[in-house]
Amino acid sequence: MEDVLIGRILTGLTLGVHILYATIGVGIPLLIMVLEFLGIKKNDYHYLTMARRIAMGYTVTVAVGVVTGTIIGLQLSLIWPEFMQLAGHIIALPLFMETFAFFFEAIFLGIYLYTWDRFTNRWHHWYLTIPVVFGAGISAVFITMVNSFMNSPAGFDIVDGALVNVDPLKAMFNPSMPERVFHVLVTAYMTAAFIMASIAAFKLLKAKFDEDREYHKKGLKFMMIIGLIMSALTLLAGDLSAKYLHENQPEKLAAMEWHFETESNADLILFGVLDEEAQETKGAIHIPSALSILSDWKPSTEVTGLNDIPEDEWPPLVIHYFFDVMVFFGMFGLGVSILYFILHFFKKDFLYSTPMLYLYILTGPLSFLAIEAGWFTAELGRQPWIVRGYMRVSEAITEASGLGLTLILFGILYFVLVTTTILVMTRMFKDKSATKSQIEYYGKESLDETGGRF
Amino acid sequence: MDFATLGITVLWTFLYSYVVIASIDFGAGFYNFYAKLTGKDNIITPIITRYLNPVWEVTNVFFVFFFVGIVGFFPDTAYYLGTVLLIPASISLIMLAIRGSYYAFNQYAKDSNMVWAFLYGVTGLFIPASLSVALVIAEGGFIEETASGLDLDFIELFFNGYAWSVVFLAVISVLYISSGFLLFYSNRAKAYEAVKLTRTWFLTWTIPMLVITQFVFIELRATNREHFDNATQNYWYLFLLSFVFMLVAIYLVYKKKNYGVAFIMIMLQFATAFFGYGVSKLPYILYPFIELDSVVNDSMAIALVIAFVLGLLLLIPSLIMLMRLFLFDKDYVQGKE
Repeated sequence: MEDVLIGRILTGLTLGVHILYATIGVGIPLLIMVLEFLGIKKNDYHYLTMARRIAMGYTVTVAVGVVTGTIIGLQLSLIWPEFMQLAGHIIALPLFMETFAFFFEAIFLGIYLYTWDRFTNRWHHWYLTIPVVFGAGISAVFITMVNSFMNSPAGFDIVDGALVNVDPLKAMFNPSMPERVFHVLVTAYMTAAFIMASIAAFKLLKAKFDEDREYHKKGLKFMMIIGLIMSALTLLAGDLSAKYLHENQPEKLAAMEWHFETESNADLILFGVLDEEAQETKGAIHIPSALSILSDWKPSTEVTGLNDIPEDEWPPLVIHYFFDVMVFFGMFGLGVSILYFILHFFKKDFLYSTPMLYLYILTGPLSFLAIEAGWFTAELGRQPWIVRGYMRVSEAITEASGLGLTLILFGILYFVLVTTTILVMTRMFKDKSATKSQIEYYGKESLDETGGRF
Repeated sequence: MDFATLGITVLWTFLYSYVVIASIDFGAGFYNFYAKLTGKDNIITPIITRYLNPVWEVTNVFFVFFFVGIVGFFPDTAYYLGTVLLIPASISLIMLAIRGSYYAFNQYAKDSNMVWAFLYGVTGLFIPASLSVALVIAEGGFIEETASGLDLDFIELFFNGYAWSVVFLAVISVLYISSGFLLFYSNRAKAYEAVKLTRTWFLTWTIPMLVITQFVFIELRATNREHFDNATQNYWYLFLLSFVFMLVAIYLVYKKKNYGVAFIMIMLQFATAFFGYGVSKLPYILYPFIELDSVVNDSMAIALVIAFVLGLLLLIPSLIMLMRLFLFDKDYVQGKE
């Protein structure tokens, strides 16, 4: 195998694993924050217990996320030394600030987790969630800024091969930054909510602890509310991203859509098989003019096709499938949460029927698949560039030998980490009912009121 | 002060902080395992757990700070060190990953067993050993610049006396610093059995500590004469001070008084030696390829410095809060909460 391919696989593997933990890491704090707020406000022990149990599981994922984050931070320099040399000159600022943001979050998370019973005023403990949510969110913002820079570099000029006029702020606030930051944040919140919804639905389906039914129903409803809001925002984010790409990175949009000829009234193509020689698709669903509308609101919009882009700058056309998977699985949760509320208001008997529970269970894993597919679309869609227009991936790969061995070692490591996380997390909550946790946290008296209230 | 000096001072301070904080953490893991092995874990494990639980993630961040900061201030290091450290740094990363995750699995999931304690303890010694190799490589003589690129000479590195003396220094320092801290922390926790145990550990490691530092000097002389001469001729007083601080620490611990001051002495011992080592190596960052003047462009340097100052304004109060809650709160330390 070529070094550049091994390097790409290794980076993709690390990011593919890290994004799972990072998404949870960014998304879950918001849930904990709102749950604890509701718990204190309504004097509801169910919400408080929920916040506390989720926080407990969250710690494990954060720990592994810290680890995978440290790996990618250093690995970028190890696999792509020349890229990081360039990045150091122009886009080091958000990378540097991200460490501060994470540091800030880690400090308050540490305090939050070990001070549940240390404050007499419960709101004082709740205040600690603010820096945690903020730190997690802003970390994602900073890192997405760096990734956006790779897609739409800005804030410098190259004169006679030398970097001049470096403007770190311009590089940070590069053209693709706003849409991408928005997209990353809302999908993280969406995925976190649906993951928790999946767990609640799973517990309802299994019905191992009868006394927990109320608790899990409450949890499911809460997660569906957050999931609905965030997936609706995700729809908006996706739309804005398409419009951005149309304006600034037409080759990426064209590759996602197998769009070869520049034309107005462009069709949106779903799935299908491509005959690359003839530039024809088979078995695809065509939605007339939809690509034009997606690009800029009206059917008459002219969408640049791949044939107007030098062929050595085409992204791999396989991203079409990743794009479709992202859109479908990303919108799956939106559909299910809408269905949930329709049933909730009009047909309550079906709300907890077995087929519905299965649908709820699917929302979390499918949202994760959408996140993965989305990142594959974004990263493969930037190929062949590592910094679009300035540095190719093939120019940035390390000269060192031993990449193959490194890939094998990290592959084993990730396999072990992910399986152990799943095993440990299941074991943490398998034999402990939420009611039992509530008694442990708040004493037997907390059970006396129905619905878990005082 | 120019940006290059400012940048390297900030970075070196981060690295120093990491060395001290991580040593406590690494050593604690090893002692925890050792205590389990010798059946003394009921004495020392609760103390270690109480300290490590809230702070371990913070430890890791210092390391990230350093390598992100050095790419920002001295981007050329990303190219040179990034290329030659592919294998050594990957090994360190894998061990850090195993250590961090298994700590979490062990602590938060309350799923403790001997294998995890073993992994956690042993990686605690191997990680500093492997990380210290980066400092060795930075002394020069192990990187060849050929037409096809940079190459690290593994054979040369493996049979180099300086490399091994630094590796042993790293391991011994971990055990030395960690036992010094645990002694202070056990004393605050009024866990007198643990005090007895950690005091013995600390005193045991003072002798290897003295011996290995001598070896490091002798081997440095053979590896990088320029650096050695600069250290011994222009900055000898820093190393002398370091030695004095060490003697005071040993004296206090031996006389069983003022363990807090003793730990401050240990920190000063390492601060003087670490900065003495660093400052005498300047202007080289990676000998002979990267010097201070390879510093990043002015606008990025200014941006980084501003971000750094603002970041500190945010972090220092938070860190003080963390320490007041977990390090200096008597009730917490004594396990009453």
